[in-house]
Amino acid sequence: MKNPCNTERLSELEEGTKARIIGIRGGPPNYRKRLLDLGLTPGTVVKVNREAPLGDPIELELKGYFLALRRKDAWHILVEPLPNNQE
Amino acid sequence: MAYSRRASSQQPRVIIVGNPNSGKSSIFNEITGGLQEVSNYPGVTVEKKIGFFIHEEKRIRVEDLPGLYSLTPYTDEEIITRDEILSPDVSLIVNVVDSLNLERNLYLTIQIMELGKPFIIALNMTDIALKRGVIIDDKKLSQILNVPVVKTVGNKGEGIDELKTIIFSYVNNQKVLIPKHVTYGHEVDTIVEQISELLTDKLPAPEKDKTRWYAIKILEKDFKLLDEIKNKVSDSLEFGKNIEKAIQEMEQHENEDSGVIIAQRRYGFASGAIRECVTYTGEAKQNITDQIDNIICNRVAGPIILLGVISSLFYIVFKTTQEWKWIPFPNQWLSPVELFEKFFENFALLFSFFEKDYPAIHSLISDGIISGVGAVLSFIPLIFVLFFLLSALEDTGYVARIAFILDRIMRMFGLQGRSILALLISGGIGAGGCAVPGVLATRTLQERKDKIITMLVIPFMSCGAKLPVYALLIGAFFQHHRTLIMLTLWALSWIIALISAFILNRFIIRGEQTPFVLELPPYHMPVFKSVLRHAWGRTWMYIRKAGTLILAVNIIMWALIYIPLSSLGTTQNIKEHGIEYSIAGILGKTIEPITKHIGFDWKVNIALFGGMAAKEVIVGTLGTVYHMETSNTNEKDSLSVNLYRQPEWYPLRAFTLMIFVMLYAPCIATLVTIGRETGTIRIPVFSFFFSTTVAFIVSLIVFHIGHLLSLGT
Repeated sequence: MKNPCNTERLSELEEGTKARIIGIRGGPPNYRKRLLDLGLTPGTVVKVNREAPLGDPIELELKGYFLALRRKDAWHILVEPLPNNQE
Repeated sequence: MAYSRRASSQQPRVIIVGNPNSGKSSIFNEITGGLQEVSNYPGVTVEKKIGFFIHEEKRIRVEDLPGLYSLTPYTDEEIITRDEILSPDVSLIVNVVDSLNLERNLYLTIQIMELGKPFIIALNMTDIALKRGVIIDDKKLSQILNVPVVKTVGNKGEGIDELKTIIFSYVNNQKVLIPKHVTYGHEVDTIVEQISELLTDKLPAPEKDKTRWYAIKILEKDFKLLDEIKNKVSDSLEFGKNIEKAIQEMEQHENEDSGVIIAQRRYGFASGAIRECVTYTGEAKQNITDQIDNIICNRVAGPIILLGVISSLFYIVFKTTQEWKWIPFPNQWLSPVELFEKFFENFALLFSFFEKDYPAIHSLISDGIISGVGAVLSFIPLIFVLFFLLSALEDTGYVARIAFILDRIMRMFGLQGRSILALLISGGIGAGGCAVPGVLATRTLQERKDKIITMLVIPFMSCGAKLPVYALLIGAFFQHHRTLIMLTLWALSWIIALISAFILNRFIIRGEQTPFVLELPPYHMPVFKSVLRHAWGRTWMYIRKAGTLILAVNIIMWALIYIPLSSLGTTQNIKEHGIEYSIAGILGKTIEPITKHIGFDWKVNIALFGGMAAKEVIVGTLGTVYHMETSNTNEKDSLSVNLYRQPEWYPLRAFTLMIFVMLYAPCIATLVTIGRETGTIRIPVFSFFFSTTVAFIVSLIVFHIGHLLSLGT
């Protein structure tokens, strides 16, 4: 809704990339609620730390803690990638 | 059980609430002095734990609840906690807040503030925060929220006395602070007021003090709660319309979903509070967890480390308790398990004076009780060391990484990533869990389908009760390959669980896959005291079970074995074939035509019948059967030596028996728990037949392939 240019799916980011969350689109309503509760609110900066040995799930770092999501589910999260040296 | 009593009306009830991994359990343990059931399974406190402390001669009841992230429940387990938080007979909430994860922890704190009830904050793990260069001004935090804040270090007992004093003054209504109203920005606050006023007119009197909280939850789009509110409101249709209008207005104004706005504003409030009361020194950003994960979750190293951790677990357990003879004994050196065996052998000799005059009583004591229960109890050292290592592993935070690494594989078989935690609790890390808490842990799964499939495959894991059976047979037939055999059994249990899950998922139970959300907690060094307490707690449960259920079943099994059918005379007269013609013997014989295909004779069948109550009974019953057979020759060898000497026993047969025991019918406790959790008798009945069928098929394959290849024959 806010800044339609330069948006990507969280699931498609490279390891080590930082991004700012734009919003969650689709997915079960309960799941959206849970992600919000865990701090994946619009404006929050997340970093894709790594993927699991078999490529899925991915580990995120946000608000000083680590969270694992499957790519399929992270697909619902729209983000705006940030240059790496910026918080 | 004394602690499961309901609280009397005079007795204050204090509940401990916090995020998962916030250190709630350690705070609870310190407050109650460990005088309760301890069970911190990875990431989940599956059962409500109750303890007491006494302050100024008053008894105060404290409960530890499952961790949660938000008051909008997502799983069954969180529903339990939320209902408790909202319950009117709770006198006080103690909110444990993790200093290392302040922002997300305060998100829950803010929601507790929204309730408007007095509560206390235990700001936990402040020592590690300080080490990381994070200084939290607790006085300032207390001012901002108008809630008392006590700095604690749960696992070292720091701050606990102060916490107790404040709890005491709160439950006695001395110096009680009312938490501040949370502000969400002018626009949102106005709408909260509006809805709150709307509610004040329409709600019945006792609900009036909750209007503000209800208003926030409505904006947050907690639909379940909205339905509940609608039921209480007098004119629900008009009320619903008004609310919708208010929400729409706000969403248009802010150009965002109202649920998102509320979450965002709460986090805003949290980060505002943090800005005011937290200062960072020097290298505040350094994070060791990320560096460790670079190795532990690495594509190549990760799986190797996982395998290494599990095999060294088995290696250490068996080496220190069964193989290495490091305990001095007159004339010889013994391993801890041997020492226990010796003790029970000699204990049995004390009763030999019964032998002449009362052969029945002697047989009951020596064959039934001592050799049955003793066989189970002699594995105490093994159980203790295993639980000790497992608790230490759980405390480090590695278990969540196992789930992270294995999730992709789980998904291929239609299992939820969180099912892994349940499977790990049930014995998936090594042989040392229990299916009962495993089944309870399925409460963290959201979908019924996921829950049922997980419950059906959980019993395939090697729980602590199966361990004595393995240890016995491995000790007798695979002395030089202990670790290898245990690894094979471990791998087989997972393979079979996964394949079964796949089949159940594909053909029997249908439904959608649900999203997977898993927190990876920071690594920390396990605390010796709490690991020891935990390991001892589980070992004690093992001992207690041996003295109650196992003892009872063993006595029944002994009776079935000892008492002959009347037409055949007494066991004593036909000593040679005595057991064969007992009730148990005949039962065992009836199914021999089936079990002979997997190499089991009637004697093994007897033990398997006993094992349906609890798997430990298998060892005991085998002990009884073989002890009674050899008691006339006066050989008092340990059971494993005895089995090794029997001509009908050979390694392949022992291996097949281990596999059958691993897989067949879950024990009664597990079946009851499955029934209770699913609320139907169908699932446990299905579980019983499903497991036994799988066990038979797999044993058949193993036994026949083994014979074809002449392995261990």
